[in-house]
Amino acid sequence: MQSPWSRREFMATSAGLTGGLVASQLVSAPSPAEAVAQPTPAHYPVTLNLNGQTQTLELDARTSLLDALREHVHLTGTKKGCDHGQCGACTVLVNGRRINSCLTLAVMHQGDQITTIEGLGTPDNLHPMQKAFIRHDGFQCGYCTPGQICSAVGALSELEKGIPSHVTADLTGPIPVSQAELRERLSGNICRCGAYSNIIEAVTEVAGENG
Amino acid sequence: MKAFTYERAHSAQQAARAAQQHPQAKFIAGGTNLLDLMKHQIETPTHLIDVNHIGLDQIEKTPDGGLRIGALVRNTDLASHPEVRKNYPVLSRALLAGASAQLRNKATTAGNLLQRTRCPYFYDTTKPCNKRKPGSGCAAIGGYERNLAILGTSEACIATHPSDMAVAMRVLDATVQTVAPDGARRSLALAQLHRLPGQTPQLETNLKAGELITSVTLPKPLGGRQTYSKVRDRASYAFAAVSMAAIQMPDGRFRFAFGGLAPKPWRVEAAESQSQPPAVAEVVLAGARSSSQTDYKKTLTARLIASALKGGNPL
Repeated sequence: MQSPWSRREFMATSAGLTGGLVASQLVSAPSPAEAVAQPTPAHYPVTLNLNGQTQTLELDARTSLLDALREHVHLTGTKKGCDHGQCGACTVLVNGRRINSCLTLAVMHQGDQITTIEGLGTPDNLHPMQKAFIRHDGFQCGYCTPGQICSAVGALSELEKGIPSHVTADLTGPIPVSQAELRERLSGNICRCGAYSNIIEAVTEVAGENG
Repeated sequence: MKAFTYERAHSAQQAARAAQQHPQAKFIAGGTNLLDLMKHQIETPTHLIDVNHIGLDQIEKTPDGGLRIGALVRNTDLASHPEVRKNYPVLSRALLAGASAQLRNKATTAGNLLQRTRCPYFYDTTKPCNKRKPGSGCAAIGGYERNLAILGTSEACIATHPSDMAVAMRVLDATVQTVAPDGARRSLALAQLHRLPGQTPQLETNLKAGELITSVTLPKPLGGRQTYSKVRDRASYAFAAVSMAAIQMPDGRFRFAFGGLAPKPWRVEAAESQSQPPAVAEVVLAGARSSSQTDYKKTLTARLIASALKGGNPL
C-alpha cells in the first residue's frame, strides 16, 4: 500500500522536527490563525523554443526553468549546483542573454528562445568556446563547465554590445577585453575545483578571435 | 516550494487589481529574490501575478530634463543605458557593483528596491526572526552580526537593506511612482519608500496592499563627480560591508548615501553641510548602535567619507 506521505512532505516535516529540537525553546509553534490555505498544485501549458526546437509542456507552476530542462525535456547538460542563484552552474541563454535557470519559473518563458549547452555545439561540431575549454583544460570535474561556457558566451556578447562592468574604468569609452574584465564578468560562476586560470585563458582566446 | 496559482497580467492596473483579489498574492518580475525565498518557504504566496508583460520596460526623458525608469527595466539595461552612464554614473556604478551578470540580466528596477534582507537569521527558518515571524524574537542580535546594520535598527531587528542600486537612487533624490488597485497613482520620495523596523520589522515599505511600483524617476542630472565605493569581503559578487554613493556637486558641495549600514539606503542631509571628514562622519553615524563585530563599519564609513572629500575613489 502506498504511503499517504510523499517523500517531499516527509523530508520537509522531518527537517522541521530536527530544527524544532534545536530551536523549540526559541520559536513558538505557528498559531492556527497564521496558517494560510495553499492551493493544490496547479499546472499550466508553456511553449518554449529549446535549442531551435519548439516544445510544449504542461508544468506545475513551481517548476523552475532548470527543472523543466533537466527533468521534463531531459536536457541534463545544464547542471543544478546550489539551486539558489549563487553558483551559476545552471546558466543558460534566454533570448540571447545569460540567466540563472534555477531562479526563474518555466511558465514565465512562454515563447522564449532558450539555448543550453546542448544547443551551443555538438560532440562533432563544438562551439568555439567548448573547443577553447578543452584546449586550455578549463575544468577538472566538469560539473560547473556547461554553466561556465554558457556564461562565457553570454559575457562576450555583452562585451560586444558595450555593456560595462564593475571594473570598466571609463563608462563612456570603449571597453578593453582584459583579464580583469573577464574575471569580473564571470564572477557569477563558481568552480569548486578552482580551474579559474585556465577558464580565463580559454575565454580570453575566444574573445581574441571574436575581436 | 508551496503550491500557488499563476497568472500573467497585461497592464499595471490589472496586476494591482489581481493582487487585491488574491490577498496572499505576490507580483513576480525578475523573480531572482522571490523564488529563492519561496524555495526556502520564507515567502509562501498562494498566487503569483507575472508582471513581465505589462510594458514599463522603457527609460525615457521627462519634460523637466530628468529620467523615468520603467519598473521592469532590467538592472543590466539600466546600468548600460547611455543616458545613465553619461549623466547618472553613480547609478551605473552601483548597479554594476551588485550581484552577478546573470542576476542583473533578470533583476528589475522595482524588484531591486523591494528585495528583502540577506540577514542569515531571516533565511534560517529554524531560528527566531521578527521579520519572518513577527514576535518570535531576533537571533541576529548577539549572534553573527558582522554584516548587519548599525543605524536605524531596533530591539526587534538589525537587518540591512541589501540593494546597491537604491543607495545611488537615494543620493540622486529619486522618486517612486505607483498604481493602486483602484487605479489611483501617486509618487513618493525614495526616502519615504522603506520603513525602519521599530517593533514591526515585517513591514518594510510604505506601499499599500496591492500597490505596484510603475517607475522610478530621477531629477535632472546633477553633474559633478559621482562615485560608488563598495567595501566587501571579496572583490566581486558579494553584498556590501559598507558602500557609499558620493557626488561632488559642481559647486563643490558633497552628497553621500550609504549601504550596508541600515535597514534602508542611509542618507543624512545634515551631514552634507559639514566640510571636515570627521564632522561628516560624526553626523552620518549619529545614533549608531554597533557591537564588537560591527564597530569596524564605523571606521570604514569614516574612511570612505574622508577619501571622497579628498577626491579619491576607494573601490
